[in-house]
Amino acid sequence: MVAHLLRLKLTLLRNGLRRSPWQLVGMAFAGLYALSVVATLVVVLVLLRQAEHELVYTAVVLGGSVAVLGWGIIPVVASATDMTLDPARFTTFAVPMKQMLAGLALGGLIGIPGLATALVALSTVVTWSRGVLPALAALVGAALGVLTCIVLSKVVTTATVSLASSRRFKDVSAVAFMVPLVLLGPIVAGVGRGITASTGFLPDFARTLSWTPLGAPWSLAGDIAAGRPGEAALKLLLSAAVLAGLAWCWKLLLERALVTPPYSGSGKRKGGKLGLLGLLPAVPAGAVMARALTYWFRDPRYSGSLIVIPLLPVVLVFQGSQAGDFSTLAFLAPLSAFILAWSISADVSYDNTAFALHLASGVRGVDDRLGRALACLAFALPVVLVFAAGSAAFTGDWGPLPGQLGLSLGILFTGLGLSSVVSARYTVAVPLPGDSPFKKPPGNVGQTLAVQFAGLGVLLVLVLPEAALLIAQLVTGNPLFGWLNLAVGLLLGVGLFVAGVRLGGKWLDGRGPELLAQVTVNR
Amino acid sequence: MTAQQPDPARPAGPVAALSIRGLAKRFGEKIAVDGISLDVPAGSFFGIVGPNGAGKTTTLSMATGLLRPDFGTAVVHGVDVWARPLEAKRLMGILPDGVRLFDRLTGEQLITYAGLLRGMDKDVVASRVGELLAALDLSQDAGTLVVDYSAGMTKKIALASALIHAPRLLVLDEPFEAVDPVSASNIRSILDSYVASGGTVIVSSHVMDLVQRMCDHVAVVAGGRLLAAGTVDEVRGGVSLEDRFVQLVGGRSHTEGLEWLRTF
Repeated sequence: MVAHLLRLKLTLLRNGLRRSPWQLVGMAFAGLYALSVVATLVVVLVLLRQAEHELVYTAVVLGGSVAVLGWGIIPVVASATDMTLDPARFTTFAVPMKQMLAGLALGGLIGIPGLATALVALSTVVTWSRGVLPALAALVGAALGVLTCIVLSKVVTTATVSLASSRRFKDVSAVAFMVPLVLLGPIVAGVGRGITASTGFLPDFARTLSWTPLGAPWSLAGDIAAGRPGEAALKLLLSAAVLAGLAWCWKLLLERALVTPPYSGSGKRKGGKLGLLGLLPAVPAGAVMARALTYWFRDPRYSGSLIVIPLLPVVLVFQGSQAGDFSTLAFLAPLSAFILAWSISADVSYDNTAFALHLASGVRGVDDRLGRALACLAFALPVVLVFAAGSAAFTGDWGPLPGQLGLSLGILFTGLGLSSVVSARYTVAVPLPGDSPFKKPPGNVGQTLAVQFAGLGVLLVLVLPEAALLIAQLVTGNPLFGWLNLAVGLLLGVGLFVAGVRLGGKWLDGRGPELLAQVTVNR
Repeated sequence: MTAQQPDPARPAGPVAALSIRGLAKRFGEKIAVDGISLDVPAGSFFGIVGPNGAGKTTTLSMATGLLRPDFGTAVVHGVDVWARPLEAKRLMGILPDGVRLFDRLTGEQLITYAGLLRGMDKDVVASRVGELLAALDLSQDAGTLVVDYSAGMTKKIALASALIHAPRLLVLDEPFEAVDPVSASNIRSILDSYVASGGTVIVSSHVMDLVQRMCDHVAVVAGGRLLAAGTVDEVRGGVSLEDRFVQLVGGRSHTEGLEWLRTF
């Protein structure tokens, strides 16, 4: 039965790849990335074999603890766990619980994160191969550690499955998860500074962690090597007990989950509130704009990218305060303009087959394009203006503002025009409606990359005039170039915006059914 | 009885609400629809029946401008769907099967959106939305997001979006799937009075009983081909539609070979 479950997992993986060769390419890229990370870690661990004991002990225990913690936390917040072997799908099969647990746990190893963790954990055996006993202890520790990682993630996902299946939780957690992700730079820098400031503290911290379930399995070999077999034995007992406890919790939760399917209901609510649909002009383009704006705030796939915007100045100001030079703030407005304008380049892919309503209603392509672009513009324009003025006010240098504005507005309008064309013709792989923004999207990863890169290339070419004028101003210091840039950015940008909306509309009129067929593939 | 294939050379008569000629579509190796020609008389309640994978949805998608056919034409009240799509779509209300909705809108917003997309007047939309919600028993949930609706409610809200602009031809793909019996009979009475006042309804279904009771015309499709078409009485020829359907489509496997199922 365990073998059956493993084979099922492999078959699912293989058939998933078989759907399109591009899927294989995407998987290969993900695999290469993981491989490079794993290879680096393995090399480090092998090299650590020669290092002094305290350093190795600290590194292995801390690293292992982080891995366990990661397996516990990431599945919940990302709500993007691999559900191919979702226990709920086995409800009707009466698989004996023990074998189901073993099968699902081993199945968790198959896949990039599981294999990577296992490989890195196994290389600690090399690190501790300073004698037979430490190496053996490292092997046991690695097995216990990896199993703890997997069972912990299963416990956490099973426990939160009913919570995680409620739409509201999914929406909120997906958007909230963006915050630490964007602030990763400052957080890592802060932690890094803390670590360098307290190098003496780390070994003590690792020693403490080694007595907790997080670090215990990873400390076995180190304790043996340091001649503390008693401690090692205690920690072995501790980690085995924790693993058994976790497995027992998982069994209980699983038994409950199998008989209580997740309920995701919500109360009734009477109508009467049309929201933006009642406020904006009652023409097709206005309706599309109202719908798109509603989605910007209600759909986590959109609001996830929206929440990045207010965090950008935080990151840049932090970086500036680190370097003592706030010149990078100059990127704030153009960067936000780019992110926002480019975000609608996948609009039809985000609609997925709901786009059929536009097609069935016979919406003119121009109305469709214009509505979506205006929805983005409605908040992107104030954001860009405020950011440009704000960064000038922050640095107290108002001289570059006109040029800044020219470039930013140029990027914003040009980008919106280009996005309108791109999303009328090409679909990209995006998370499906209702899925977490972090979920690996189904479909054509290769085409997605091609469309994104080609689009960026075209955008770079289209904003060359503004960029050239900005450079001219920087080189000559002549403010005239700045004012010229403002004029060019506005005129050229709006011109390209109108052209993009019209061309995109024309393409959409001509190829609407083909576009629908393309998104249908990924539904 | 042989299938009543309309003459492909004959142009669509003015009475046909929908007239398709030689529609064909292939997906890779698989030929989904293999040259279907069909006339749907104006004012008829027309059922399209067929086994799973018969090509019903593909045919209806091609006839309504959602999927470009490899061959063939579709004409709605004299307007070629693929030559003048915007004009043809104004005449049609479409409930496609298996497509998503803009489900982050509330039910009320979704119907309003469908009306406004068609360029309708704001006040007309508002009054029709209220009536549709009441008629489909959705008033209590009008402010709930469609993503939180049950399958049947979702079907009903999609139907309401297809009705809002008072089309002359309604094309409904599996309209009764997951709809409870009370709502189903509400929907049927709405459709009946719509047909009585001169509208045309095309429904696809694989529930023969329903089609026999509800429709006046029927077409049987299997394997991407039209097997029979005409009034329900013509097609069923004295036996029940279900029996006739099984005769036409064939493939009824005999119960031999599953003896072990009786050995528990």
